[in-house]
Amino acid sequence: MRIAFLSDVHANLEALLACLEHADRAGASRCVFLGDLVGYGADPVPVLALVRGLVARGGVAILGNHDQAVLEGPSARMNPEARMVIGWTRARLSAGELEFLRGLPLSIEEGPRLYVHANAWDPERWEYVTSPYDAGRSMRATRCRMTFCGHMHTPALYHLGPDGRPAAFAPAPGTGIPLGPQRRWLAIPGAVGQSRDGNPAACYALLDEATDTLTFHRVPYDDEAPRRKILEAGLPLSFNVRLEAGR
Amino acid sequence: MAEIWLVRRPDLPSPLVMKIPLFRDVDDPASLVGFEVEQMILPTLSGVHVPRFLAAGDWSVQPYIVMERIGGASLRARLEDAPLDPGEVASIGARIAAALHAIHGQHVIHLDVKPSNIMFRPDGTGVLVDFGLSRHDRLPDLLAEQFRLPIGTGPYISPEQIVQIRNDPRSDIFSLGVVLYYFATGERPFGNPTSIRGLRQRLYRDPVPPSARHRHCPPWLQEVILRCLEVSPADRYQTAAQLAFELRHTDQVELTERATRRSRAGGWTVLRRRLRRIGEEPDLKRSAEEQIARAPIVAVALDLEQGSEALSEAIRMTARGVLQTLPGTRLACLTVLKTSRIGMDPSMLDAEGRSIRIQRLVELQHWTRPLGLGVGRVTHHVLEAPDPADAILEFARTNHVERIVIGSRGSSTLRRYLGSVSSRVVAQATCTVTVVKAPEHAPATVPE
Repeated sequence: MRIAFLSDVHANLEALLACLEHADRAGASRCVFLGDLVGYGADPVPVLALVRGLVARGGVAILGNHDQAVLEGPSARMNPEARMVIGWTRARLSAGELEFLRGLPLSIEEGPRLYVHANAWDPERWEYVTSPYDAGRSMRATRCRMTFCGHMHTPALYHLGPDGRPAAFAPAPGTGIPLGPQRRWLAIPGAVGQSRDGNPAACYALLDEATDTLTFHRVPYDDEAPRRKILEAGLPLSFNVRLEAGR
Repeated sequence: MAEIWLVRRPDLPSPLVMKIPLFRDVDDPASLVGFEVEQMILPTLSGVHVPRFLAAGDWSVQPYIVMERIGGASLRARLEDAPLDPGEVASIGARIAAALHAIHGQHVIHLDVKPSNIMFRPDGTGVLVDFGLSRHDRLPDLLAEQFRLPIGTGPYISPEQIVQIRNDPRSDIFSLGVVLYYFATGERPFGNPTSIRGLRQRLYRDPVPPSARHRHCPPWLQEVILRCLEVSPADRYQTAAQLAFELRHTDQVELTERATRRSRAGGWTVLRRRLRRIGEEPDLKRSAEEQIARAPIVAVALDLEQGSEALSEAIRMTARGVLQTLPGTRLACLTVLKTSRIGMDPSMLDAEGRSIRIQRLVELQHWTRPLGLGVGRVTHHVLEAPDPADAILEFARTNHVERIVIGSRGSSTLRRYLGSVSSRVVAQATCTVTVVKAPEHAPATVPE
C-alpha cells in the first residue's frame, strides 16, 4: 500500500487538490494529514470537507498548532496576521467542522510509524525541528522507527544510525529513498499549502509501505486562485505574496 | 568484511552469490554501515557493468545480498603479472572506465576502485563490485555522516576523499589512475600508507613518473596515467567516458609536459601546493550526474564528399554553440569512408597514390581548426565502413557519445525513399542527435 503524507495544507484548496490528484496517479490508497489543515488560506471549509471525507475512508489526520488555535484561540507566540486569520477561520466553521478539529489527536502511532505535527519530545509545545540535533531529540523520544511530521514547511529527511549521531539530508524530488531498518528516520514532507523554500510548488511525500521507500514530491499548481481568494476575503496581503514567491 | 556464498534457487537464474556481513567486525562500524549502504545502492543500479541485484535480507533475521555471480577472477589475480604490456593496460583501463561511466550516469560514485573490486565478464566487459563505500547523489550518504576519518583503501584513495569530500565522480578516475599506474610499472604510485599523515602526502606530492620506474611505459600511457592522478580533480579527465575514449584511441592522446616528465616536482612546488590548500573551499554542490552533463563527448559527423560548404559551416556553428555552453565538452570529429561490402576497395588510393584516408583526416583537421580547441579537446576519426549510418552509431555507442551532430542535405525524392544517413542516425541512436541543415538562401554547391 502507498500512503500519501500531506502536511500544512493551511486552507489552500487548489494546492491540496493538485497533490491529491498527483498522489492518486502515483498509486496512493491512503492519506495521512500531519496537521495545520487551516490558517493562512481562504478555503478552510472546502479543505475540511475534503479531509473529513478522506479520513472517513481510512485516512488519518492529526492536530496542528493552527488547528488548535482555531479551537482555543491563538497563542501569544503567533504573529498578529496569523492571529487575525484564526479569528476569521473560526467564524466560518460549522459546529460539525469544529467538532472534527476537536477530535484530532496530537499524535498517532501506527506500527513502526509515528505521526506528529511538530516533534515527538513534547508535541503540544510545538517546537520546531530545524537541525539534526532537534531531529535526534525527537527520534530518541519515540519507540517508532519512522517519524513523520510537519510544522516545518520545507521538505527534509533526518536519520539516526547505530552510533547515535543524527544527520540531515535534503531530499531530491521524485527519487525513492529506502528508509533502511538499521536506523531511525524523521521525515518532513514540506507544506502542501504554503511552501517556504523559494519554490512555490506544493510538497507532499509518498511511502511505499511494503518496502519502506519514501519519495518526496513537488507538485506545481495554479496559485492564482488561492491568492485571489485571500485578497477577496480581506485576509492579510503578506500571505498572498508568500504563495507567489513560495516563501 | 563479508562472506561470499554460492547459492541457487530454482526460480532464479543461476549462478548467484550471497554476500553476508561478518558480525565479528562489530567494533568496526564502517563495515556494518557499508553493508547497509550496499543494500541501498546496488538495487538502484542496472546494466552490464554491475552484478544484477536479486534480493536483500532483513536485518532483523539475517542481512544479506543476493546478486548475479560474475564468472572469473577479479583484477586482483593479475597483480603479480605487472608490469603488463601498455596495450593491455589501455584495454583494461578503457573497460573499467566504461563501467565507471555507466554507474556515474546512474548517480553513483564508487569511491573504492581497486583491483579486487573490478571483474570482467567472459566477453571482457568490465564489472564493478562492492558498493559498500559508494555514494548515491540522491540518497542519504550514511557513511559521511558517521565517520570522521577518510573512507577508502590506502593505496587507491583520492586526495579529496582524504579530506572527506565524497561527492566527486572524478575521485574514481584518480583511483583508476592508481590501478593503471600499478599495471604499467609494477609499483604503487603512493605506496601503501597506513597513517593519515602518510595518506595526506598525495595532496602535495605527485608520483614518480611511470617511465622512470619502468622504461617501457610509452609517453601516451604516462600522459593518461599522470592526468588521472592530478591532485586537483579539475586537472584530471572530467568524465570516465573521456578517459575511456583516450584509452581506446591511444594514437590520438595529446602529449603535454606530463608525457615526458622524468622526475617528480621539487620542494618548492610541493611547498606551494601545501600553501594553496590552506583555506581551500570544496565545491559542495557537485554530483555525478552534473559532472557528466558538464563534460560530454560530442561527435560531429561530416560528409566530406557530398556536403556543401554552407552545411559544413552551419555544423561548425552548432558545434561552437555546444562548446561555449559546456566548456568541458570534447569533440570527436569523424567522417565515414564508404568501403564496398566485398573486401578491399581499390578506390581507397587516389591517382597520386596518396591514401584518401590521410586526405580525409587532413580535411577533418582543417574543419575543426576555426574552433580553436586546446589540447585534448578534439580528436579526428576516419571510419571505414560500407554503411555510414551504422559506422556513426557504432562509434557513438562504443565511445559513450552524449550527442551526435550531423548534417542533413535537402530533401530530394530519392532520399525520401531511400532514407538519409541522418534520419537513420536519429531513429537508432541512443543519445541526443542534433540534425543541422544549411540555411536555405545559401546555394547548395558540391565542392570539387
